[in-house]
Amino acid sequence: MAKKKTIRSIPQERTPMREQDPQARAKNFQEVACGYSLEDALRESERCLMCPDEPCISGCPVGINIPGFILKITEKNFRGAYDILTDTNLLPSICGRVCPQETQCEGVCIVGESLEAVAIGRLERFVGDTAIKEGWVNIPYIEPNRFKVGIVGSGPAGMACAADMAKAGCDVTVYEAFHQAGGVLKYGIPDFRLPNDVIDAEINNLKKLGVKFECNTLVGRLFTIEQMIDEMGFHAVFVGVGAGYPTMLGIPGDSLNGVLSANELLTRCNLMRAKEFPNYDTPVPMGRRVAVVGAGNTAMDATRVALRLGAEKVYCIYRRSRTEAPARAEEVHHAEQEGVEFHWLTNPVAILDDGKGGVRGMRCIRMELGEPDDSGRRRPVPIAGSEFDFEADLIVYAIGTNANPIMGQTSKLKLNKWGYIGVDENLAASVAGVFAGGDIVTGAATVIEAMGAGRKAARSMKAYLGIRDAGLPYLNRDGTGAGTLFGINTKERNFARVRVA
Amino acid sequence: METSNFEIVAREDFSDVTYLLEVRHPLMAKAAKPGQFVIVMLNEHGERIPLTIADFDRKKGTITMVIQAVGKTTKQMQQECQVGTALYGMVGPMGIPSPVSHAKKVVCVGGGLGVAPIYPQLRGFKESGAYVIAILGFRNKDLVFWEDKFRACCDDLILCTNDGSAGMKGMVTDGIKVALAGHSNIEEVVAIGPPVMMKACAEATRAAKIRTMVSVNPIMVDGTGMCGGCRVKVGGQVKFACVDGPDFDGHLVDFDDLMSRLQRFTAVEREAEKRWSESCRMTKQIGPSALHDVSLGRATQSELLELPDPFEDAMGG
Repeated sequence: MAKKKTIRSIPQERTPMREQDPQARAKNFQEVACGYSLEDALRESERCLMCPDEPCISGCPVGINIPGFILKITEKNFRGAYDILTDTNLLPSICGRVCPQETQCEGVCIVGESLEAVAIGRLERFVGDTAIKEGWVNIPYIEPNRFKVGIVGSGPAGMACAADMAKAGCDVTVYEAFHQAGGVLKYGIPDFRLPNDVIDAEINNLKKLGVKFECNTLVGRLFTIEQMIDEMGFHAVFVGVGAGYPTMLGIPGDSLNGVLSANELLTRCNLMRAKEFPNYDTPVPMGRRVAVVGAGNTAMDATRVALRLGAEKVYCIYRRSRTEAPARAEEVHHAEQEGVEFHWLTNPVAILDDGKGGVRGMRCIRMELGEPDDSGRRRPVPIAGSEFDFEADLIVYAIGTNANPIMGQTSKLKLNKWGYIGVDENLAASVAGVFAGGDIVTGAATVIEAMGAGRKAARSMKAYLGIRDAGLPYLNRDGTGAGTLFGINTKERNFARVRVA
Repeated sequence: METSNFEIVAREDFSDVTYLLEVRHPLMAKAAKPGQFVIVMLNEHGERIPLTIADFDRKKGTITMVIQAVGKTTKQMQQECQVGTALYGMVGPMGIPSPVSHAKKVVCVGGGLGVAPIYPQLRGFKESGAYVIAILGFRNKDLVFWEDKFRACCDDLILCTNDGSAGMKGMVTDGIKVALAGHSNIEEVVAIGPPVMMKACAEATRAAKIRTMVSVNPIMVDGTGMCGGCRVKVGGQVKFACVDGPDFDGHLVDFDDLMSRLQRFTAVEREAEKRWSESCRMTKQIGPSALHDVSLGRATQSELLELPDPFEDAMGG
């Protein structure tokens, strides 16, 4: 290892990432953040203190060996860095772009206590992008076993689970209802934040592991989860279908033609390429003045898509204040730079119609923050008599989603009171052999959390199938091998599966 | 990427604008139930359009759809979907299957294109032992299809045409009146057709308090409950047609809201269609060589050129 670094000896300023100019990028769909150059990455990697506590690892939902891969970057061993990343994270290019690092690894970085935290996400993205450019894939030696695993949904949870099960030697098939794989990464997250070719590159890596993708397949309706287990020969099934079912505000004017969910706007624009209409057939509603309700990542994506589709004015309406906004700080910042107008502490009370089925404006009320609610955030309360109207012709709701009902309608899986799939602490669902994770279990969350759930489910699935989890002994980072016997984790439930004909 | 093709194994043209496509999909033929729908994509650049399943054949492993060429995509499909070609995407069966109730006497109303999807429901009722009255409505006799198929399956058939060129002269609601007059013990009415027709049917049975189910077909993108584009108001509540429907109690559906929402993209769609039909004309003028650019599957160039131009009238020919 290099000489001991101290907080004084490292580069003090976080290495900035080149970005497209806000004026220019608000008119195109090319990626906003251009990524680190080699020099940028080397400089930034020097900022990691290689501290012994490694809080960043515990801050990461999938426990990436962060100092390990950063050390490899400082040694200019990028392949080595990629190898370490892919030990735990299958999709570094994606996570480097879309993880909320400021609340995870970077949020607990020691450097961040006195300076700006090490730009872990940007470094991860640098390594991931380098791998795509160089065509690196880590295909481990896979010893096929007799198990067949089905994955329902090809989003981040499904992809992560599929990768782990394929590496364990299972015959893995991923089912997707859309005509293209990728789930929310494809239909939800816009190109300027996560280009489609990055997603396709990661999907191709999965295919190289032997994972099969079956699109145009609506599990539940084409065949049920029970049929997969009983008739189609799957030994285990993972359900990662996402939350879906967008929430509407339930205020007058909800069903007017100028009102749509962020999911619809984003799906039309991203997956269906409506932004290239009429070259692609799917239309997208255009607005001159667009109001997006909500302040999560989806809301930020919606505001920025609306700008790029040619809106003159885009407002973001949120009933709490900026501090409570759930979006990544960088997204709010980017939206602001591009000219989105934020109206904090403002709540819509009615959508006003233009008499022709469309929208002419929105009536809002001002809010103030009261006592903290269950979520710990201060509850917004309306200020009496503060209603006001403003002009808008397109209203986008980005206020969260409810549970997608298809799994509940078509299987005997037990649901919780909100309609999400009920699971135990190992993500096992109520039907033997079925596991679930991601948004369909927790409600809307982040890409990395879904991937974490996919990997956790894969571990339980391996235990259920009686596959020795090769990862376990090596994850024991203290090197003592405690908890393992001859390299086999003692907690592992190893049993022979008996199938009754 | 990752998309298998869905081969068209049969096609029938009922009129200049209405055509039937039978697509091979054994798994879906096994799973499909009356009242469900599919979403198809013609090609990679296509839009996803929901189509109600008009029939399914478990033995042959096929799904049948009856389509009316009204917009750009459906007109392009009319031109390009020949036997032997394939659809880029087809997913389903979607939606909750129609509840085939234990009603002893049922009226099944199909209007125009709605005649096709009412068929599997009617067959379902027949198979469960009900006395089934079919009421089929068309604009004129040239548009009539499947009359024999229905006759073979129902106990009583009332055919209505707007101009009286076949069956009785009048709307399907006139047919409902005839049926109600002739049978005192009708327990259920199922109506599928344009929203304005389903609305009229629901009104025709409201006074007699006969349970009336309708199948709505709003604008959709994914068909899995994710986009919310297909929301309809039913009994004052917001429902998503794709996962909560597509069948709802006709007496509770807000049809005016549904019809207004169907107009969402009318202007852009008309524009797209015009642009497409103009490009079709261009292709014809330039000659067969230019056809190589267009993906036509196995449709031969001469076949394509022989097809009538559906826009002749609209363009002032």
